[in-house]
Amino acid sequence: MTGILSLTTYLPLVGVAAILALRLLAGQDEARANAGARWIALATTLATLALSVLLVASFDRSQTGFQFTEDAAWFSGLHYHMGVDGISVLFVLLTAFLMPICVLASWRSINKRVIEYMIAFLVLESLVIGVFCALDLLVFYLFFEGQLIPMFLIIGVWGGKNRVYAAFKFFLYTLLGSVLMLAAILAMISIAHTSSIPELMTYHFATGTQTWLWLAFFASFAVKMPMWPVHTWLPDAHVEAPTAGSVILAGILLKMGGYGFMRFSLPMFPSASLEFTPLIFALSVIAIVYTSLVAFRQTDMKKLIAYSSVAHMGFVTLGIFSGNLQGEQGALFQMLSHGVISGALFLCVGIVYDRMHTREIAFYGGLVNRMPWYAAVFMLFTMGNVGLPGTSGFVGEILTLTGTYGAATWPAIIASSGVILSAVYALSLYRRVVFGQMTNPALATIGDMDSREILIFAPLIIATLVLGFQPGLVFNLTNASTIHLVDAFRAATGR
Amino acid sequence: MTFQNAAALARPELILVVAALALLVWGAFQGRVTALFTLAAVASLIAAAGAAVIGPQGRAFSGGLIVDSGAIFAKVVIYLTSAVAIPLGERWFARRGMGRFEYPILILLAALGMGMMVSAGDLISLYVSIELQSLALYILAAFHKDNEKSSEAGLKYFVLGALSSGILLYGASLVYGFAGSTRFEVIAAAMSHNAGLGALFGLVFVISGIAFKVSAAPFHMWTPDVYEGAPTPVVGFFAGAPKLAAMVLLARVLSQGFGDSVDKWRQILILMALLSVAVGAFAGLAQSNLKRLWAYSSIAGIGYALIGLAAGGVVGIQAMLINMTLYVVDVTGFFACLAALSRNGKPMETLADFAGLARERPALGLAMTVFSLSALGIPPMSGLWGKYYVFEAALKAGLAPVAVAALVGSVVAAFYYLRLIKVMWFDPSPGATDAPPAEASAVAYAAALFGFPVVLFALMALDPLAHTAAVALSLH
Repeated sequence: MTGILSLTTYLPLVGVAAILALRLLAGQDEARANAGARWIALATTLATLALSVLLVASFDRSQTGFQFTEDAAWFSGLHYHMGVDGISVLFVLLTAFLMPICVLASWRSINKRVIEYMIAFLVLESLVIGVFCALDLLVFYLFFEGQLIPMFLIIGVWGGKNRVYAAFKFFLYTLLGSVLMLAAILAMISIAHTSSIPELMTYHFATGTQTWLWLAFFASFAVKMPMWPVHTWLPDAHVEAPTAGSVILAGILLKMGGYGFMRFSLPMFPSASLEFTPLIFALSVIAIVYTSLVAFRQTDMKKLIAYSSVAHMGFVTLGIFSGNLQGEQGALFQMLSHGVISGALFLCVGIVYDRMHTREIAFYGGLVNRMPWYAAVFMLFTMGNVGLPGTSGFVGEILTLTGTYGAATWPAIIASSGVILSAVYALSLYRRVVFGQMTNPALATIGDMDSREILIFAPLIIATLVLGFQPGLVFNLTNASTIHLVDAFRAATGR
Repeated sequence: MTFQNAAALARPELILVVAALALLVWGAFQGRVTALFTLAAVASLIAAAGAAVIGPQGRAFSGGLIVDSGAIFAKVVIYLTSAVAIPLGERWFARRGMGRFEYPILILLAALGMGMMVSAGDLISLYVSIELQSLALYILAAFHKDNEKSSEAGLKYFVLGALSSGILLYGASLVYGFAGSTRFEVIAAAMSHNAGLGALFGLVFVISGIAFKVSAAPFHMWTPDVYEGAPTPVVGFFAGAPKLAAMVLLARVLSQGFGDSVDKWRQILILMALLSVAVGAFAGLAQSNLKRLWAYSSIAGIGYALIGLAAGGVVGIQAMLINMTLYVVDVTGFFACLAALSRNGKPMETLADFAGLARERPALGLAMTVFSLSALGIPPMSGLWGKYYVFEAALKAGLAPVAVAALVGSVVAAFYYLRLIKVMWFDPSPGATDAPPAEASAVAYAAALFGFPVVLFALMALDPLAHTAAVALSLH
């Protein structure tokens, strides 16, 4: 199976080549070229999904190390080194799972520059999968930073009114963080004389050095997560991005921050991680309480969900830095579940936005009268967002809180209030949009979801419920690697 | 050292001299430019590059000419980019009814001067070679002679260039006076036990003179004006190869002539590097003319290369060489894009002119996006790798704070590169652009493809080549 990772990573680029070839062949017939681009993008993302399912199926769950590794010498001591463990294979699957949904969600709503749009998404998919497969620091950086380009264009070209501001803010915030990470990466290479991630995971950096390196990586991942107070780019980016862009942003790009903490910060700088745990806990708790309150006051549906993302990511950082098994597993699960649920919520907003072209909460009301299917679907994901038992949201929250409680009492107790707060803002959003009397005459002719839209939501509904009732499916996959991570962290910090 | 040996070592230079003089006679009799004429000029440059690769290594003319791997590496890059500049500029001038046979000859002479610069082994050949290439470039800057701005650019370049040459010459005379020789190795021997204040004084002047040629801050003031006024393909030429040549020359002077005084000159380079990065980043923010913008971008770019040089040693010089080589390809491609684009016969130069380019001309828009991202250092474009090598060298030399400061400077510069991308991709086009000429777009596409993805493979060859070159340059 060697080579499957490169194949999965670069398959979307084959789709790009196919779209370009089609553009040349179609000549002036733009409608045909657009339709072709949509179908090619869908076929490519589905093929990538099939490959990643194959990857997960043939993944050896009992091993703690990296599998399907590919290693070829590059230049200047760097290696083209790819491989996945139980943690990263999960994110590869999540990415490949969400991408066809994004393509379908953009089927009708994107009408201008369809070809460029689909190319941007395929390039993005390739880069994101690359991030999770890379086992060389520089190769990781290439993929990690490279995805700024397609995302910048997605927000800026196909975004809303204020798209330019949002795109710049997204790019510059992320760039400042990752530039510091680049400095840390170069420092690590020159200290340890290797750029191999598996080797660096067992390398012992001096305690003082760890502090600096940890801070530099933290700058990048905290912006990406995003953690309070560097989260302010996220609401802007979400509001302005097209629906599928929001799905990808919330569903996958944010997860790269959490993945980075688990892949780099904990194993490579354990004593610095321990030293900074109070900081992380403080920021996470502030994020959970503060952004939940902020979310409650939003008048824009997308902004509300964006702030709720920041709050949910607070649980993830709590879990990761609790340093115990429940915390890590919970954080992983929470990221996976949030990827599905927040993606679905953004799609729910997209459904009404496509019809009414506004996201003002006050504009809507009483949608249940005209859109029963929509009301039911939206209800399910609102409950998932709140963390109702039976949905995937519950498992992640309960595990991260248990893990945090094991590490520190007070942060866990304060963070638990986030569970209630999330119910406050999510249910009030649902009540204001779906329930009540239909008072706005503009809504009188709004139609329910059509079959394409139901098809988009079907996999998300299944995923939310299956993960909610059978979380073991995920834990089977991640168990060995997570235990290994926790053991190594405990051994290094002596806890 | 027989004459034959010396001639063999100087073969690339001899080819260029003979070609330039022969073409001068040919052009004077023919009076106009033909395809064959241009082809002959290009062929002579390629022949010179070939001769440099297969030719022998050694020293000739009492150490005035040094042919080592460092010189060969630089010569190949210089000759090839000069070869690209000939058809690019020749067609550009011809379309505007300004085709003159002197253009290819001036490029040849500039290339000859640059080739001698990277081979210079004493202060005399250093000065003569710098002057040879500078004089050719002054004329080229003013080549669009009916144009006020072009004439202004030529004059400004000449006056300030002459001033810097004077400074350089004064420094060289001080060094000669205190070291007793113009040859780098003798200077190094004289400086090894005790570098006197007078000689260091001279060195500072020499560095200042060369810093002017590479437009490093605080000697950068001429750059935006000259770039704005000079004909676009000419700017693409003199923003690239001459700077590589001057950087290689600086590397040779510093490591072979003043290798033991590294602590003395390192601080000057660091200061210039950080100033250049800061000036490039902040002053670029205020520019709306793309040629001026790229002038500041290149000032920042030189700042990064200077960090590599300040780090010193094989690693530092290798970093500088790779950084400069990748930069030369990028800048050639960028100005080829500018040369290719016009709207209703008027060249597109301001930011507003580029609105909607990605929609209007997707391929050229994409190429310009690649160059912008590359200059910004976003992976996987080539610019990132230049920075990668430079910062790695800086860390090894213990210059981590300098590297971090320069990296933060690049975030400031990000704003203007992003603004260009924003204008090209997000804004609506004000009207159709003219069909781009084939040769300029071909160069732009080739350079863009090199910027990504070819660079990812090319570095596997470039890395060891630059390493060998750096070993040769740092020997003293």
